[in-house]
Amino acid sequence: MLEVRGLSKSFGGLAAVDQVSVDVGNNEIVALIGPNGAGKTTLFACIAGFIKPDAGSVRFLGSDVTGLPPHRVCARGIARTFQITQPFARLSVLENVMVGAYHTTRVRREAAVRAEEVARQLGLARQLDMRADALTLAGRKRLELARTLATRPKLLLLDEVMAGLNPIEVEEIVRIVRAIREGGVVILLIEHVMQAVVSLAERVYVLSNGHIIANGSPAAITADPSVIEAYLGHGAAARLKRGSAHA
Amino acid sequence: MLTPEILFAGLVNGLMAGGIYVLVAVGLTLIYGVLHIINFAHGSLLMLAMYAVFFLWRKPLGLDPYVALPIVTAGAFAFGYLLYRALIGHFSHGKDENILLITLGLSIIIDNAALFFFTGDTQTIDVAYAGRMISLGPALVALPKLVSFVAALVICLLLGLFMTRSDMGKAIRAVAKERQGARLVGIDVERVMAVSYGIGIACVGAAACLLMPTFYVSPTSGHAFVLIAFTIVALGGMGSFKGALLGGLIVGVVESVGGLWLGEQLGQIGIPLVFILILLLRPTGLFGATR
Amino acid sequence: MTRRGPILGGLGVLALIAYPWVFRSNYAINVGFLILFAAYLGQTWNIAGGFAGQTSFGHVVFFGVGAYVSTILQTAYGVNPWIAWPFSAFAGALVGWLIGVLSYRAGLKGSYFALITLAVAEVGRIVANSVPITKGGLGILVRADYGAANFQFRDPVWFYYVALALCLLAMFIAWRLTRTRFGARLAAIRENEDAAQALGIDSFREKVKCLTLSGGLCGAGGTVYVQKYLYIDPSIAFGVDKSVEMLLVAMIGGAGTVLGPLMGSGVLHVVGELTRDLGNMLPGVSNAQPLSIIVYGAVLIAIVAWLPDGLMGLFLRHSKEARRA
Repeated sequence: MLEVRGLSKSFGGLAAVDQVSVDVGNNEIVALIGPNGAGKTTLFACIAGFIKPDAGSVRFLGSDVTGLPPHRVCARGIARTFQITQPFARLSVLENVMVGAYHTTRVRREAAVRAEEVARQLGLARQLDMRADALTLAGRKRLELARTLATRPKLLLLDEVMAGLNPIEVEEIVRIVRAIREGGVVILLIEHVMQAVVSLAERVYVLSNGHIIANGSPAAITADPSVIEAYLGHGAAARLKRGSAHA
Repeated sequence: MLTPEILFAGLVNGLMAGGIYVLVAVGLTLIYGVLHIINFAHGSLLMLAMYAVFFLWRKPLGLDPYVALPIVTAGAFAFGYLLYRALIGHFSHGKDENILLITLGLSIIIDNAALFFFTGDTQTIDVAYAGRMISLGPALVALPKLVSFVAALVICLLLGLFMTRSDMGKAIRAVAKERQGARLVGIDVERVMAVSYGIGIACVGAAACLLMPTFYVSPTSGHAFVLIAFTIVALGGMGSFKGALLGGLIVGVVESVGGLWLGEQLGQIGIPLVFILILLLRPTGLFGATR
Repeated sequence: MTRRGPILGGLGVLALIAYPWVFRSNYAINVGFLILFAAYLGQTWNIAGGFAGQTSFGHVVFFGVGAYVSTILQTAYGVNPWIAWPFSAFAGALVGWLIGVLSYRAGLKGSYFALITLAVAEVGRIVANSVPITKGGLGILVRADYGAANFQFRDPVWFYYVALALCLLAMFIAWRLTRTRFGARLAAIRENEDAAQALGIDSFREKVKCLTLSGGLCGAGGTVYVQKYLYIDPSIAFGVDKSVEMLLVAMIGGAGTVLGPLMGSGVLHVVGELTRDLGNMLPGVSNAQPLSIIVYGAVLIAIVAWLPDGLMGLFLRHSKEARRA
């Protein structure tokens, strides 16, 4: 469904993303993990059209979407959430979601109905008239999800949607994400919260310093020494092994 | 027609005026660089300072504008400092559109207060040496213009030294670069910001003294100056001293040559046109950092 | 609220229609005209500045272009003012479109956008001051030739109704913005342009559409001004004061609301009149007009500092609390 090939982006001489290739197929949930500064959000921004890559290509459902502006990327069926939530602060929850719903209809009634439906699915039924900036963090995350879902995307890019949530909230969002997948939406998510990665993702890419250093099932990559080193530093894998041998 | 002599004279006079504009722009760019405020009231404050020079020159005080320079500059600094403390400081932390609106409101108040108290008449001052001309090559320049030009550049130099050598100057540059970090090393950021605003207005005060010998003042002068100042800062890059220097000279020349080429009325179009072109083509200006 | 709304609205419209019959003096009718006309212009600003968040400092340029277009067509080419009127609107729309395309293509927003509109208005003023077709600084006098066919009315009540009609039209358009996809998209762009783009909104296109609409409506206002006062000159047509008035009227009432500009205009006018009258009573004061403008500046600061959502914001906040309680 999504084919990223050889994507590269540098900022002033520093390669944030370097020759990255990623595949996301139908009906998958794929995770993208890696230490801070690895280039994950930059990769998302390139796919979603907020940044133009220096090299490489992004193909979605067979057609080239490389470098398209964000609204056109959305029109093709790719929707994204933001690492720091970006609600339409002074609009109500319902109005927020309606903006997304308006992507597929011009009629206000239809957009309102769809928006309410999606908001309900995401547990926001009781906050429809609340101003978006009055929501808690968890509420804003749900709102962001609802808004993007309302656009009827085929692929959803979730950028650290679990960040800042307590374990119970994480559980809830995990359930919601699974339900979204069941609805037929393919998901590529950036995550730090391993609990979520392990319970949701079927495949995981590990990004470090702009390169993909591992790709496999959650179980496989958590045992992968190069992944451990990327997070914990050089020699960490060996130290851990020694440590567990002693215990 | 535009002979090379006339063009050269226009160039020289433009540079002379430009030098003073540099001083005005330096104040504006300092305020922007440190406070991230677009000080819309800059032109109005210049107008006010020019009136101050006028009133100091009138009997019974009869102070020559160059003599009044230290007084007006110090007064302008104090006024700016207090203005920041009393009004602007409270709003400098919000959206920058809001502070633009607030300084717009301030400029409206100042402009109309001037209109009310001083009436709409233009005022000029006559200094004894106003008519004395110095020849620079084929161009004839009025002596006060030349003196003002030199004085403006000297003041800029002194300001530059202050910014690099003095403790306060270093503190100001620290706050401009990294406000939170400056706070963490114990710099009284609020005071530095007030001082910076004060210095910005002091520049305006000095510029007023340098402008009055060859210029006029009226309550509407603020408008013209604010656009000139903005154009210079946009051209040079927000927050850049070098940019203000270069930008000021360029704008002075554009104004002068524009006036020669298109006539007194249409010639004024040079400055807003430059401003528009800069914003459309290179909003960061010649030396500005991308924000 | 939703049931009371249309009834109150209808009553309000009736009251405005009945106003000249209750207050018959020319003075009262002219005050009515001034308030409604300023509300109209403020509403055109509101469409761009309030609904889409495109704060413009140079909106007068649309007004000025519209004013000059219909006036020149009338005086230099003998075109009937009613026929010239749509040309003014078109000219305003064209200028709006041009500014939008150029500024938004360059990615200008916030303060930069505000300042570039200011510069454009200034260019307008200088051009109007310099080219022969506008008679430069002298301005253009329209020959008084009263008659409906000529869009000149001796009785000011007719201009009152023209202003009322325009004001209601603009409010209707603003109301439609609150109920259509276009308006929802503008609001999204205002609140968070990046998020709006991520949801499929072509923010460039929507902003240009918005500025074009705003410019066209504002340009139409220019014609009405000249038909009433029979005179236009560069400082009236392109002076900063009018830009500020439009902005202030919308902000006092509540930027981004339908009723805001009308409320703001009323309040501003009352405040202005009061200040002027009080000022004229002071000893030695011959013209207290600048005093009322000083108050405008203070009001602007006060609104931005303490009441950014304007009077409507205050009113809505209270009614929400009342609803919850």
